[in-house]
Amino acid sequence: MLRITGGRVYDPANGIDGIVQDVCIADGRIVAQADSGPVIDASGMIVFPGGVDVHTHVAGGALNFARGLVPENQRVARKFLHGLKLRSGIGGMTPTTFATGYLYAGMGWTTVNEAAVPILSAKHTHEELHDIPIVDKSTLLLMANNELVLDLLEVGEVERAQHVVAWLLWAAKAYGVKAVNPGGVAAWKWGKNATTLHDPIEGYHAVTAAKIISGLAGIIDDLGLPHPLHLHCNNLGVPGNVTTTLETMKILEGHRAHMAHLQFHAYGGHDWATMRSEAAAIAEAFEAQTNLTCDAGAILFGDAVTITADGPWQHLLHQLTGRKWGNLDVENETGCGIVPYVYSDRHIVNAVQWAVGLELLLLIKDPWRVFLTTDHPNGGCFWRYPEIIQLLMDADYRKEQIKKLHPEAQKRIVLADLDRQYTLSDVAIITSAGPARALGLSQKGHLGVGADADVSIYPEKPNNDGVLFAYPRYVLKGGEVMVEEGEVRATSEGREFIVRPSYDEQIVEYIRPLFDKVYTMSFENYPVEIERLRRPEITTCK
Amino acid sequence: MITLTLKEQPNVPLEAEVLSPDAMAALANDAIRALPVYLGKKPCRVDDFFTVEGEASDELEIRGDARKIKWIGRGMTRGRITIVGNAGMHLGAYMSGGTIEVSGNASDWLGGEMSEGCIRIRGNAGGQVGAAYRGSRLGMKGGTILIEGTAGLEVGMRMKRGTIAVGGIVRDFAGLEMRGGTIVLLSGAEIRTGAWMMRGTIVSLKPISLLPSFLYACTYNPTFLRLYARHLGTLGFTIPYEEQDGAYARYTGDAAIPGKGEILIWKSGKA
Repeated sequence: MLRITGGRVYDPANGIDGIVQDVCIADGRIVAQADSGPVIDASGMIVFPGGVDVHTHVAGGALNFARGLVPENQRVARKFLHGLKLRSGIGGMTPTTFATGYLYAGMGWTTVNEAAVPILSAKHTHEELHDIPIVDKSTLLLMANNELVLDLLEVGEVERAQHVVAWLLWAAKAYGVKAVNPGGVAAWKWGKNATTLHDPIEGYHAVTAAKIISGLAGIIDDLGLPHPLHLHCNNLGVPGNVTTTLETMKILEGHRAHMAHLQFHAYGGHDWATMRSEAAAIAEAFEAQTNLTCDAGAILFGDAVTITADGPWQHLLHQLTGRKWGNLDVENETGCGIVPYVYSDRHIVNAVQWAVGLELLLLIKDPWRVFLTTDHPNGGCFWRYPEIIQLLMDADYRKEQIKKLHPEAQKRIVLADLDRQYTLSDVAIITSAGPARALGLSQKGHLGVGADADVSIYPEKPNNDGVLFAYPRYVLKGGEVMVEEGEVRATSEGREFIVRPSYDEQIVEYIRPLFDKVYTMSFENYPVEIERLRRPEITTCK
Repeated sequence: MITLTLKEQPNVPLEAEVLSPDAMAALANDAIRALPVYLGKKPCRVDDFFTVEGEASDELEIRGDARKIKWIGRGMTRGRITIVGNAGMHLGAYMSGGTIEVSGNASDWLGGEMSEGCIRIRGNAGGQVGAAYRGSRLGMKGGTILIEGTAGLEVGMRMKRGTIAVGGIVRDFAGLEMRGGTIVLLSGAEIRTGAWMMRGTIVSLKPISLLPSFLYACTYNPTFLRLYARHLGTLGFTIPYEEQDGAYARYTGDAAIPGKGEILIWKSGKA
C-alpha cells in the first residue's frame, strides 16, 4: 500500500479539479483508503493521471527502417548508458526500444498506442513492444489498403469483410483498426494515389476511398471494438485538403471515428505558395459532429523524421525536399515511406503547419475530443510534448513565438487572435483522460477507485526554462515508483491491450486459399501466437 | 607542451578523443594521466598506454606508432597537436580550430566533418578525407587538409567548403557528391572523380579519366586559382597558373545530377 498526500489532484474524469486530497494505492490500483505503507509527500506538487498517447509510432518494421536511415540523427541523440537497472539505448528522433520506455515514463506518460502496424510485421512489432519497458501498449492494424478487405468491398460482401477484419485483428493480436490514406496506398502500387473520395481506386471498379472509410467504420461499430476507426484521411499535407477532410467527416456521419493528426489535414489554398490555415473551418465542422474525436498532430520546429504508410505522400515529400527517401512495400497489405525533414520557423509552409496544430487545440472547445500528439516522429518527437503544453497554457508566450514567424505566414493563420489558455485540468484531459476514453481504456486516464495506479506528480511551478511538464518529480506505474526527480529508478514490463472480436470460425477456409495464392508467407506462420505476448490483457467484444 | 609517448600498442583500436588540447589545456599532469580512453568497451586511463610528460598546455605532442589510436583531436577548437609517427582513424574529426601535424601516415576519416583549422599529413592518408559521416548531408564545412602523400577512396565526399590538397595520387570517387569547396590533386586520381558533384572545384595537375557526364566547357586560366596557388605555395604545394606555362581545361558536371561543379585539368604548354 502507498499513499500520496498533500498534492493538488487533477482528475477531470472524476470531476476533481485541483483539490488537495490523498491518492491511495494498493495492488497496483487506486483504492479508497490505505492505512499503512509508505507515504509520498506531494505538497507543492500537482498530481495527474499518467499520460496516454493516442497516436504514436514507437515499434515495428517502418520505425526500424527509419532508425537505419538516419544514422546522422542517432550520432547526436541523447545516450542512455547501461546501468544496473537500465538498458543502453539512444533517444533522438527515433528512440530505440528501451529508451522509448524511459523517455515516455520520464515525462509522465504511462500508456502508448502504436498507431500503424501491418499484419505481416505484427510479430516483429510485438517483440519490439515487449522491449519497451514501463508503459502499457496497444496497437492498431493497417486495414484500409488490405487487398483481402478491398476485394470483398469491391464485390459488396461487407459481412464477410467483417469476419475477415475480425480474424485479422485477432491474428495480429491488435487492439483496433487504422486506415491510412484509404485506397491511396493500394493505388501507389500502380504508381497512383487516391486524391478524390468518390472515384474508383486504381485496380478496382467499385471501391472508392469513401466506401473504404464508411465500410470499415461500419464494420468496427458492428464488431463493437473499444476504439473506433482510427483514420488518417486522404490528401495528407496537401494545400487545399480541407475539402477532402470536410467531405470525409460527412462520410463518417452515423459512425464513431478518431481522426488522426488533424493538423496535417486542415490546409487551404491552391498550392504551396498560397497554402493557409483552415483550422477554423475544420474545428467548426468537427465540433458539430459529436461522433468524432481527433488528435492534433502538432508540429514543432526542428528536426523530424516522417514515417507513414502513406507511400505516395512520402514520395512527393522527397521530391519537394530533395532529402533521402525510403519506401517499403508490404505485399497485399500496405506500404510505407520515410523521409527525414526539418521544420523551419522561417519557412512559410512550416510556420502555417505549426500554427494549425495549436489552432486546432485551441479552437476545438471540448478538450475531451482533441488530444495532444505530434504524430511522433512525424511532427516532432514525443519527448517534446511539454513544449506544446507550454504554448497552450501561456497566451503571452505563444504570441511572442508567433512574432518570430515569417510575416507572410502570420497573414495566413488565426493563432494570434486566440486568447484561450489551457487550464491544468484541460491539460489533464488532452494528455490523459480524453485519449484513455477515446481508446476505451476505462482503467486508464483517471484516479478513481479501481483505476490503474498510473500517477504522474509534477512540481507546481515550472522550472527555470518555463516548461512545466518536462520533469516529473515522481511517476508511478501500476503503483510502483518508476521515476523520481526525472530519473528512471526502476522498470517494469508493461501490458499489451488486445481485442478478441467475434467471427465465424469458417472464415479461415475463405482466407487460407487466398493466402496460399497471393502471400509469400505460409498461412501457419501468419498469426501471432498469444504466447508471444508476455502480458496480454484481452478485451472480448460482443 | 604535453608529450605523450605510446608505450604499449593496444591489441584493438583505442578510442581516445581526450587526446586534444581542449581536454588537456587546463589539467595537471596527474589529471591528464587519469583521463578516460576506451579499449573496446573497456574504460582505461591515458597512462595505461602512454607515458605523459608536461601539463596545462595548448600544445600536445604524441610520439610513437599511433595507428590504432582513434579520434585524436576530435572536435578540437584550438591549440596544436603534433604526431611524430602515424595516426589512427578519425584524426581531427569535427574539429573547428587549431592545427594538427602528422609526420607519418593517417588513416580513414581524416578531418571528417571538420569546420575550421588545418591538418597536415607528411605521409599518406586513408579514405573519406574531410568526408561526411554516413547519413550526414555535408562533409567538411571549412578549414584545410594537406596531404603530402597519397589518399584513399571518397576524398572530400559531400564536402561543402574548405580545401583539400593531395600531393600523391588519390583513389576512386574523389569529390563524391561534393557540394562546394576545393580539392587540389597534384598527381591526379584514379576513376570516377567528381561523381554526383553538385558544386565545387576539383583541380588536377595530371590528366584524369572523366565520367561521360562531365562536359568540356573551355580552356582558360581562372583568376581565383592565382589566389589559391599563392596561398598553397606558402604551404609547400605548387600549383601552376601563369599563362606562359599552360592553361586549365574546364569540365562541368556531374550532368547526371545535374550539378554545376567543375573539374579543372592542367595542360602545360601554350593553350
